[in-house]
This record gives sequence, structure tokens and C-alpha cells, in this order.
Amino acid sequence: MKEKILINARIIDPSQKMDEKGSIIIDDKGKIKAIGKNVKASDATSAEVVDIKNYIVIPGIVDMKAFVGEPGYEYKENFRTLSQAALAGGVTSVVTMPNTKPIIDNVSMVDFIIRRGRDKASINLFPCASLTRGIGGTEMSEFGLLSSKGIIGFTDVVKTIQNTETMARIMDYASDIGVLIMQHVEDYELSKNGCINEGEVSTRLGLEGISYIAEKIIIERDLSLLNEYPCRYHINQISSKESLDVIKKNKEKGLKFSVGVSINNLSLNENDIGDFKTFLKLSPPLRLEDDRIELVKGIKSGLIDVIVSDHTPEDEEGKRLPFAQAATGAVGIETLLPLALEMHHNESLPLMKIIETLTINPANILKLNKGSLKKGSDADICVFDLEKPWVVNGDELKSKSKNTSIEGRTLQGKVQMTFLNGEVVFKS
Amino acid sequence: MAVQKKTSAIKSSSKHLLGIQNLSIPEAKIILDEAKAFISLNRSASKKLDILRGKTQINLFFEPSTRTQSSFDLAGKRLGADVMTMNVGNSALKKGETLMDTAMTLNAMHPDLIVIRHQDSGAPNLLSQKVNCAVINAGDGRREHPTQALLDALTIINRKGKIEGLKIAICGDILHSRVARSNIYLMNMLGAEVNVIGPKTLMPSSIERLGVKSFTDMKKGLENCDIVMMLRLQNERMQGSFLPSKREYYEFFGLTPEKLKFASKDALIMHPGPMNRGVEIDTKLADDINVSLVKEQVELGVAIRMACLKIYCK
Repeated sequence: MKEKILINARIIDPSQKMDEKGSIIIDDKGKIKAIGKNVKASDATSAEVVDIKNYIVIPGIVDMKAFVGEPGYEYKENFRTLSQAALAGGVTSVVTMPNTKPIIDNVSMVDFIIRRGRDKASINLFPCASLTRGIGGTEMSEFGLLSSKGIIGFTDVVKTIQNTETMARIMDYASDIGVLIMQHVEDYELSKNGCINEGEVSTRLGLEGISYIAEKIIIERDLSLLNEYPCRYHINQISSKESLDVIKKNKEKGLKFSVGVSINNLSLNENDIGDFKTFLKLSPPLRLEDDRIELVKGIKSGLIDVIVSDHTPEDEEGKRLPFAQAATGAVGIETLLPLALEMHHNESLPLMKIIETLTINPANILKLNKGSLKKGSDADICVFDLEKPWVVNGDELKSKSKNTSIEGRTLQGKVQMTFLNGEVVFKS
Repeated sequence: MAVQKKTSAIKSSSKHLLGIQNLSIPEAKIILDEAKAFISLNRSASKKLDILRGKTQINLFFEPSTRTQSSFDLAGKRLGADVMTMNVGNSALKKGETLMDTAMTLNAMHPDLIVIRHQDSGAPNLLSQKVNCAVINAGDGRREHPTQALLDALTIINRKGKIEGLKIAICGDILHSRVARSNIYLMNMLGAEVNVIGPKTLMPSSIERLGVKSFTDMKKGLENCDIVMMLRLQNERMQGSFLPSKREYYEFFGLTPEKLKFASKDALIMHPGPMNRGVEIDTKLADDINVSLVKEQVELGVAIRMACLKIYCK
């Protein structure tokens, strides 16, 4: 490819603590050659010039939690539709979940998913395998073999290892070979048939609730174990302020682990469920406004490291059911950045912090050479208009499933252009 | 006839009876007024009217029910409607048909009213979005049972002359009870003070936010109460241990003549049925016509359902 120079850009790259007007030169191999305010058009006279028109340029977003649908659930999403949705949202790297059919828990499945992804997807895919065989919660997966085949992390997605002994052994074994364990935190005995936050709303709607204790108790257990077996441990998503208290205590003690939160839990609360809106049936559930505010603060203080889309496509059939029976989850990869920008516009988070949790932080946790625009990095780039207002309409989203949790919401900020390895792969 | 008047207001504001939460105070009062006229009719020799002649009412029961189902059945027939009752629990849904499919199928038969009971909270709301006729909730999960609350209100008014200013205690398994929730909303709307009494494990989260005081001690909770509503212990909805034993429950929360003395002197007892005699209520007390309104509740239930069918039928 031809060398490119991106001019008139406001570059925000948390990996270099950079927020300045400048230019970026992309070399003919799709790598960042030069970046910043000192880069001049005269440095690349033969390059193709791309005028960024003073929009913001950030590293391509790294989404640590998305469900693809392939294999087995192609009617919900496939590699092609996921790629389109991701790129339209400025996401260039996606960590995919293993709860497909069949479940990704063996080497042959990994080969399939990597080959299929390479052929059909137009983004960087980083597949996870299940933590336990068949997501059964009892026998650990072949961590060593699977990671040698390209598995980036291990998670049972929306299932939690309930057995403490099993979890202890997983962490002990993982600590030796250095694999990343990503835990969904929920005690089933406590959450049982619950489908929303336990509180006034669950009482009024007559639905069984999930107490914050169900989340807190697993975090407390796992962090106790982590103290004994220091492995790479990541909490997929937290939802309550009580969980944050536990995390704070342990991070202050010096324990090393990372924490994620879904964009949904940062921008919605239980009252949004209204009259049984099943698109807002999520796991972990939406909680109180108080919790939401504390989670935002948790990002600001660095207790929470990453924001994920928790992109969970579900077809209409699965959602047009009584609430307790309806499928759990919402699509969100395409709206991840615009929705996160709300926290900038309402002045609850600095823009730099928001971008950090979407780029370099996840890349660091995953030990990926992504999420940065440092010289020599892959030129995966997201260009967005910070101010552009638009209204979310599920039917216009690129995902195959339309179950957005923010239908009709007015957002401010939209992706204009996405680059992958220096090539323009999305243009608004 | 009084029955013919006053109904237009309600039709304009709400098409379905999904819960007391969705009802305004005037709407509730219209239903209660309407029902009063049917009480005497139901006691007369000729009980049949033709207000709903030519109309089709489908009772869609996903959960077994004796009294509510027969009450709606009879109410429809007395108003002259063609009533069909479907017990879906053992047919289509077992074959994988969803509630929405069933709704579409029934809708194609052009019913004027669908009365639905479902084990899932919110099922009537979902149904109402997909059908063209009026939907009446006959109990959904643990959310609401609006006609039960309305018949309870009618029963109280019939005996005490009013609801405003009364103190009402609702005792027992509040957690699993849709009857409790609907009654809390309605009694509050009509100006009563409501206490809920039960063991902590059977008390829903943040129940005070619904506008009640909650107690774990019958003696304190029943103080000065004019009405004592007992609830059935819903063992079928309990997974795991909520209580040490029925014996212990009866000891602390079962209504006995001794415990009734904590309430006001002329307190009356109600129960939505079916009763677990000797578990939540002393059997003699339940049958004591001087204090128990249980039979009257069933009787007035038909009148309330007639009023609801009439008002909500297009």
C-alpha cells in the first residue's frame, strides 16, 4: 500500500499521554511511522493525504467482550456482520467469547475459528476459549495447548466457577503458565432465578431479584484465592458499588488483577427497564443510579480498568417472551464509543480516561500490541466527531440482531472513519 | 339502570386491566361502583343479562386455578358473553409454542376479551401489546392480581362502608404474593393505612417503598387494624429453605383467636384462598362467620369480574 499522511487531526493517545493537534504518517506496511504535532506534510511528500478535518483520532478500540455467533448461532451474528458493526463503532480488535455451539474448548475448534475469522472477518479477532470444558464448571480446559494455538484468554462468559476447589486449582495451574483467567462473578445459589436487580423495581415488577451480594461474594472468594495463587486474573464485569469496595480494598493491598465494566452499567439503571423491556435484561443486571455513579467514579479513580460493550446479539424470538424467560444481553459494539462519550459530555470523566479504558488498558491486560499509536504500532485507528448528535435506531445498526439497550437515545459523537493496518475500512 | 352509566371515562384512558399500578383512583372507583349493582343481581333468581351478548371472552389459564377461573367464567356467562376457557398449561406451550404464538392464534379468532393467568410476571403486558382486544390480568407471577384486590376492596366497603381511614394488615408470604402487591397499591389509593407482617425471608426487598410499614411481630403489626388479610404460604414457589417449619410458622405468624385480639375489637379476617388451615390460619377462625369474610370475598368476586368485563369490553 501507499504511504499515507493524516493531517488536521486532534490526536488522543493515552499510551503516550498525547492530546495534541498534529499529523500521523502511516508507512507502506500499515504501521505508524511518525505521529504528533511536529509531523509536517513535508515529511511525507509522496504520501496520500487524508484530511481528518479536525476530528479526533484515537487508537482503534479494543473490545474485551463480544459474542460473535459463529459457529452455531449465525442467525444472531456472524463474523461479517460483527466486523461491520465493530468498524462502524471504531472497534478494530475484538475479544470473542467461546459460548458458541459447539463451545470453543478444544484445539480443533480454535483452528476452525481462527481460519473462519481470517476469511470472513475484517477486524482483528482474539478468541477466548472456555475456562472449563463445555462451560461445565468442573474440568479445566487445556490452557497450555489452547494458548499455544492462539487463544488469548479463558472465560466461561456468563457462567461462574461455583466450586471453590476447582477455582483454586484453575488459578494455581494458570499462575504457572501465565494464561489470563476472565471470570464472570455471580454466586448461583444467591442469584438463582433472578433476572434483575433485587430492590424496589424487582418487587414492583414481581420478578426475582439478584442481590449485589451474589457478585460481591465471588469477588471476595476469588481475590482470597488470588492472594494464594497469583495468576493473571480479570473480572469480566462488575455492577455494584459494594463490589467496588472489595476491589478497592484489595488493590490498595497491592493485589494485582484487572476489572471490567459494561457500557450498559455505566449508562443505564434499573428504572430504564420500565414496563418489562427485555432488551434491558442483562447480566450482570442494571442496578441503582447510585451504583452507576459509583462505577463511573471507579473508572476515574482507576479501580476499573476497561469498558466493554458486552455485545450480545439476540434475535427477536428470544426477546419477545415474558421477562423471566427472555434471553439475556444487548448488542452494543457499534454504540460503545458514542455512549461512552456521554460521560465526557456530562463532565463525569475526562476524555483521555475514557479512551484509555477502551484502548491501551485492555491491550495491556491482554498483552496485545494494540491500543496504541506509538511509532511502529499497527495503524489501527478510529476517527470520530466528538460533537455530532444522532439518535440510536436499532434497525439502522449493522449488527444482525437489533436488541440495543438504548433504542431512541440521542447520542453525541459519531465515528467518521476507521483504519485497519493503515487501510480505510469504514467511512461514515 | 345505574349499570349503564359512568363507563365511558375508563374506556378512554386504559384499554386493558393489567394491574392496579396502571389504574387511576377514579378508574378504581368506577369499577367498584359498577360492581355494587351486580351484587344484588347475583343474589336474585334471574341472574342473566345480555350486556355482552355476541361478545367472545377467552379465559387463558397457564396456571391452574379454581376460584378465579370459575369466577371469570360465571361472570362472563351472566353478562351473556360466549366464554371459552383454555387451560394451556398442558397443551400448546408444552409443544414449544410461545405465549406470542398463542396470542396471535387467539387474536385471529377475534375475541373481545382475553382473561389471562400466567406464571410469569409481565406476561399480560406482553400479550396486550400483540392482541386487538382487551386483556384482563387474572394473576401474573408474583406481580399483580388486580381483580382480587378489587373484590377485596368491595368486600371491605360492603362491610365497613368505606376504606378511607381504615388500617389494614396483610400477613404472611408477602414475597411470593401478587395479591399482597395489588392490595397494597389499591388500599393505599383508596386511603387506607397498610401494614405488612411476615418473617423477613418472606418479605420482598424494599417493600416500604410501596408505601407500607413492615413488621415481623404480629402483635405490633396488628395493633388497631380493622382488616386482617391472611395470605397462603406458597410452598410451590419456594425453592430452598425460607422457614424452619410450618409448625414454627404457625406459632409466630398463624392467625389464632389469641393473635386476633391484638387487632382492633371489630376486626374482620380475609383470605384470598385456597387456605392452608392450621398453617396460616386457625381453622375455626376461618369458618367463623362473625369475623371471617372469606365466603363473601368469593361471592363479590363474581360481581367485580362482571364489572371489569363490562367496562373493558369494547
